[in-house]
Amino acid sequence: MAHLTLNHFLVIGALLFGFGMLAVVTRRNAVAVLMGIELILNAANLNLVAFGRYVAGGISGQVFSLFVIVLAAAEAAVGLAIILTLYQMSRNIDASQATTLKQ
Amino acid sequence: MQTEFVIFVFLALATLIGAASVALSRNIFWSAMGLLSSLVGVGGLYVLLSADFVAVTQVLVYIGGVLVLIIFAVMLTSHIEDINVSNRSLGLVGGYAVFFVTATLLCFVAIWAPWKLTDQAPVTETTAAIGNGLLGTWLLPFEIASVVLVATLVGAIVIARKEVKAD
Repeated sequence: MAHLTLNHFLVIGALLFGFGMLAVVTRRNAVAVLMGIELILNAANLNLVAFGRYVAGGISGQVFSLFVIVLAAAEAAVGLAIILTLYQMSRNIDASQATTLKQ
Repeated sequence: MQTEFVIFVFLALATLIGAASVALSRNIFWSAMGLLSSLVGVGGLYVLLSADFVAVTQVLVYIGGVLVLIIFAVMLTSHIEDINVSNRSLGLVGGYAVFFVTATLLCFVAIWAPWKLTDQAPVTETTAAIGNGLLGTWLLPFEIASVVLVATLVGAIVIARKEVKAD
């Protein structure tokens, strides 16, 4: 077992994805839901880089994961702007209470 | 090879313990710290996969950017000792069920699927190769990503600013 293979990284990615799903599904705090989404994107990135290293070869997996990182940063910026606006409107970031789009 | 495996185990533990505390910690600030540990662990795993440029980008963008934003949001919005753990519509039991089903299914696929492994050596000068790729093969997605970033910048400012009334 002292030799790193693709399976090691895929299992870490799978568990990371599972914890991200758990955070998205069970948390009510909108910031924590956003953290869960970041975990899921990280799991996907880890899989992309691992497949690029062990299956595809070359750098295509790494370039793909760079694009995912860019989109994750954009998503975090817009998501946190929405959360801050929600908090200013209702003093509350409980995701299950946010049922209206306007005041 | 043995030291590589030991380092892998440490990074995997940091990643998974951090991820678990993101999902399970009652204190939202400890969740943010768990996210930090998890992101550092994934960055280390990228180094083990000989993807050094992606690892540095992970540290710069995720830890320097996204995590700082998230901690700002935690500080600005909720009281730190806030306890709201479970989503009432699904409940903690349903959440654990989703976790175990997805994790076991994905682990099963990861271990038993017959992946066609390559014996190609990893690219060692990844920064040069990625730079050439981004301005060659992947030029169109690169430009589209820049347009997306501009749209995000404008959108985030429009959403987050105070509404200015006309009169």
